[in-house]
Amino acid sequence: MSDETKAAIRTFIVENFLFGDESHALPPDLSLIDNDLIDSTGILELVGFLEERFGIQVADADIVPVNLDTIDRIAGFITRKQAV
Amino acid sequence: MRIEQYLAASAAGDGRKTAIVAGSTRLSYARFLDLATRMAATLHDRGVRRGDRVLVLLDNGWQAAVAVFATWIAGAAVCPVNPATKGTRLGQIARDCTPALVIVEARLERLVEELPEFSQMPRLVSGEAGSFEAGLAAEPLVSEPLPDTDLAALIYTSGSTGEPKGVMLAHENVDAAARSITTYLENTADDILLVVLPMSFGYGLNQLITAMRTGATLVIEKSFAFPQAIFERIRDERVTGFPLVPAMAAMIMQARDLDPSYFASLRYITSAAAPLPLAHLDWLRAFLPHVGIYVMYGQTECTRAAFLPPADIDAKRGSVGIAIPGARADVVDEAGEKVAPGTMGELVISGPNVMRGYWGNEVATARALRPDPRSGALRLHTGDLFTADADGYLTFIARMDDIIKSRGEKVAPKAVEDVLCRMPGIAEALVVGVPHDVLGQAVKAVVVAADPSLTERDVMRFCARNMEDHMVPKIVEFRDALPKTPSGKASRRLAAEPANTTGSAA
Repeated sequence: MSDETKAAIRTFIVENFLFGDESHALPPDLSLIDNDLIDSTGILELVGFLEERFGIQVADADIVPVNLDTIDRIAGFITRKQAV
Repeated sequence: MRIEQYLAASAAGDGRKTAIVAGSTRLSYARFLDLATRMAATLHDRGVRRGDRVLVLLDNGWQAAVAVFATWIAGAAVCPVNPATKGTRLGQIARDCTPALVIVEARLERLVEELPEFSQMPRLVSGEAGSFEAGLAAEPLVSEPLPDTDLAALIYTSGSTGEPKGVMLAHENVDAAARSITTYLENTADDILLVVLPMSFGYGLNQLITAMRTGATLVIEKSFAFPQAIFERIRDERVTGFPLVPAMAAMIMQARDLDPSYFASLRYITSAAAPLPLAHLDWLRAFLPHVGIYVMYGQTECTRAAFLPPADIDAKRGSVGIAIPGARADVVDEAGEKVAPGTMGELVISGPNVMRGYWGNEVATARALRPDPRSGALRLHTGDLFTADADGYLTFIARMDDIIKSRGEKVAPKAVEDVLCRMPGIAEALVVGVPHDVLGQAVKAVVVAADPSLTERDVMRFCARNMEDHMVPKIVEFRDALPKTPSGKASRRLAAEPANTTGSAA
């Protein structure tokens, strides 16, 4: 998983869920849900972004915390999906 | 009956039965009662006495369930607050109800520390090696019997001005609601309820209460952000009762390859907190034909007021049903007299489930609880316009005030406008609700900028820092002037109508 991928995910989160607020440290292992960074409707927006930006297909069964709850996990998920 | 007696009775009935499932933690009734009684001793040691308030600022989890029952065993009233609450509102609530103690999630300790209202307040912190967890080792509290006329819960809601108002529910009010709800939902000890709604919210807290009353199992989940994870939980735990809000139904409908077999164990789904669109209701019935769908209507002030028996869905389309057992629901005119069937009026509720009033707020209490002109008995004025048909089936028409319902949560336009007007660069602002597929209504801000370089993103960022997520405008529209009535008053009604915009955002 490249730093470039993580940077793109981070930018999306900052732009869309923090409205451009750069003051948040947003470490790559931070739980996005537990820290109220993304709410339930936000996850669907995130999935739409991942599909478009990284050319992957996300199934309902993929939308679980183990794949999407931290920037690290999202990046790992993209790598696995792209390898298929 | 007092609510902690539900737990004691169910534990005495079958102590080995599972009461709570949260993450990998499973608590039997005996263990749950034991933990709550020990925590009650810790609360007592830290100075909590009968009639005091305990502010609970916890995520959904077994700790929150223990905190709530411990508070009742200690004789105090629980004030559950959504952990997403921002500092300003949290301070207002603490100032209003002066809690004797706060139980707080470890990650929120700093937020609480920074507020002057909490500086002298005893605190238990929940987390790894937290003082809350340590407090579970105390010797169990030996408590004396207390009356069910004492307050059980103080739940804050937003009034039309946005100031939080504390709804006072006595044990007997909560008991009456729980008795009624478990009757029409036909709950038994065989039920397994799943609560993903915040337990800081009346509808969420009520799941804990009804589960303990019937000796059922409560599966506690923190968030619906990952619906698939919840569906797996429903399948794995063989959940029978699934309470939701319409925004959750909308999210389930968006799933692309959802397999109904996840829901094979479900007996019923309930929907409350906001009107369930008929399209959602029809989709749920078609997708899950074996599940009874209960459309319901309630307010924190009375917990629940009406429900539509699933058998009546086709005959009474669009209705929220009839008064719950033990309560009375009437549609009345401005003089408080019942109107003819089909005529619009305000819904008023009478019954033992109706609140005592608002904490320390006699003006708001007198506005909400008014005497029936015939009997003189106090009735709850809901502020909602309804019609009733000849059989007494109720249909919601609209709010009487400007309150927006987004994702099932009340948003006072005034509260959002106050924050917007504090933002440098904004001259004037109005806030309205606009229809939204998932949220029911979305919050829209109509803004007159003093600084022409101001962007919608700047406005949203400022709002996100200063208010709870559900209040943050989804749409920001810039205008040269606010729409005004002929008398020159800025009008939310006119602002809700489309206009030529100078900017907008999704």
